[in-house]
Amino acid sequence: MEILKVDDVAYTTLLTKKFRERKKYEPNDPKKVTAFIPGTIVGVSIKKGSKVNANDKLIALEAMKMVNQVATPMDGVVKKVYVKVGDIVAKNQLLLELE
Amino acid sequence: MGLKEKTSDLKMRMRHALKGGGDKAIEKQKAVGKLTARERILALLDPKSFHEYDLFVEHAAKDFDMDKKYLPGDGVLTGTGTLSGHPVCIYAQDFTVAGGSLGWMHAKKITKIMDHALKLKVPLIGINDSGGARIQEGVNSLAGYGEIFFRNTLASGVIPQISVILGPCAGGAVYSPALTDFVFVVDKISKMFITGPEVIKSVLGEEISMEALGGARVHCETTGNAHFYAESEEQCFSQIKKLAGYIPWNNTRKAEHFPKKSPKTRQYKIDQIISEDPKEPYDVRDVIKSLTDDSDFLEIMELFAQNMVIGFGRINGETVGFVANQPLVLAGVLDVDSSDKAARFIRYCDAFNIPLITLVDLPGYLPGVDQEHAGVIRHGAKVLYSYSEATVPKITLILRKAYGGGYIAMCSHHLRADFVFAWPTAEIAVMGPEGAANIIFRKEIATAKNPDKMRQEKVEEYKEKFANPYVAAAYGYIDAVIEPNETRKILIHALEISAEKDVSMPTKKHGIPPF
Repeated sequence: MEILKVDDVAYTTLLTKKFRERKKYEPNDPKKVTAFIPGTIVGVSIKKGSKVNANDKLIALEAMKMVNQVATPMDGVVKKVYVKVGDIVAKNQLLLELE
Repeated sequence: MGLKEKTSDLKMRMRHALKGGGDKAIEKQKAVGKLTARERILALLDPKSFHEYDLFVEHAAKDFDMDKKYLPGDGVLTGTGTLSGHPVCIYAQDFTVAGGSLGWMHAKKITKIMDHALKLKVPLIGINDSGGARIQEGVNSLAGYGEIFFRNTLASGVIPQISVILGPCAGGAVYSPALTDFVFVVDKISKMFITGPEVIKSVLGEEISMEALGGARVHCETTGNAHFYAESEEQCFSQIKKLAGYIPWNNTRKAEHFPKKSPKTRQYKIDQIISEDPKEPYDVRDVIKSLTDDSDFLEIMELFAQNMVIGFGRINGETVGFVANQPLVLAGVLDVDSSDKAARFIRYCDAFNIPLITLVDLPGYLPGVDQEHAGVIRHGAKVLYSYSEATVPKITLILRKAYGGGYIAMCSHHLRADFVFAWPTAEIAVMGPEGAANIIFRKEIATAKNPDKMRQEKVEEYKEKFANPYVAAAYGYIDAVIEPNETRKILIHALEISAEKDVSMPTKKHGIPPF
């Protein structure tokens, strides 16, 4: 038996696998650009140190028979690029970091 | 040819068609522990009751040299028969014939027996074992699926629809079971997914086995797509037979009446199950079994959202649907999955004239960012919606905690329960004493010399005043506070007196539930 707290009361109960494996909330960090869909990287137009403006298209990500453009959410300088052409990426995988 | 010759010609043709995909394919089917389509129907239905139709149907495909191929019965068996004495329409896909793939005539056989079931108002059982669309038949195969889905929707709430997944069921094919009432799966045999492991690997580079992606266990535990889990096909068939005894043939009938039996009171002592401490768990299924005939209870979705228990039992020979919070798991909270599970079951019972008995013991909704972001508002609303629109007899019994929104949602009088009973152990309040005291007496606690002591005093004070059934009873929200030992007697009376219940809802085409 484990403990589950609801409204300041600790209940003795069993926890489910789904509950234990639930995703912890992480606030969105605009400096970290991630893949919004799983797919294959088909183009990377920046490298470390590139200056970028908000909404610049930085990475081409082919998914579901479409070439999708991954844009930067903010102005900044590329700190690190984590992918290269040909990489297969999962949803929410980190593609590049800005500073 | 005379009659004799013609009869022997018929017999020869039948023998030919009955062979299905032939010995080799049948051997392969057996090697993975599967029965053939025909064996499955014979094992499920009452002996000698199966009558087959469309045995001589052949496929109509012309492209890719298909016109040179003979596919016996086009890979599916259809017919009528009886299941524990109930008439049923049934189809079973034959994996030994072209992998049970669905072509146009295959689909036509299925839709023909579906139309039959709907017209004759008898349950429909579909045994799925198919590699998916027959690619050679192109868009005709897609048309076939669409025709099946449309009929599943028409039949929904009119006749019971049971899907039995005894093999692969992939791609669009999964949506027929998803539209039906009860989905049965068998360990290691059933596989359901929209895109299989190979596609996932080629597109995403993620490797996963069929079993881990869409096996029986996954659909019973994680996705909630399946309702009954079995270790073998035989066990699966006996589950289906048991379910058939609990539900009516169609929405104009009542479930079959069985001889009355008493609960096994030595095993299930109703006054000794729950702990008086509201924080201590117990298995609510024991309470259900202390109330039902012969302590029999057919649990549905036993492995999914276990904080909510749903299923059928009988009281005085009549089927009732139970919806119960389960304090043993996650303290019995309402959350996204448990709301979804309960709501659909409530609608099933309402569609098929099955009275609902709700057993309440919950601290409220599950707190958490994941729950809020997963739409617990929208999913939780399904419970309110389905209880509110249900017009079958609705009887509620509050065992212990009924806090906050959970009290309202679990078939309170406000959602038009016919009877709401409470045990003396019930606590009907806006929230648990600890939480309430912390809010109401925040100032007193904060400014006290000994805040902990003050908090404890205030919690006790709140408990004394509000943690009971009498405040709600004083407003008439509880019809009667009853002794646990009297419960079955009282439920029997409430069910008997509600038998002719007749209420009508405002005229509308249909409501817009928060799907």
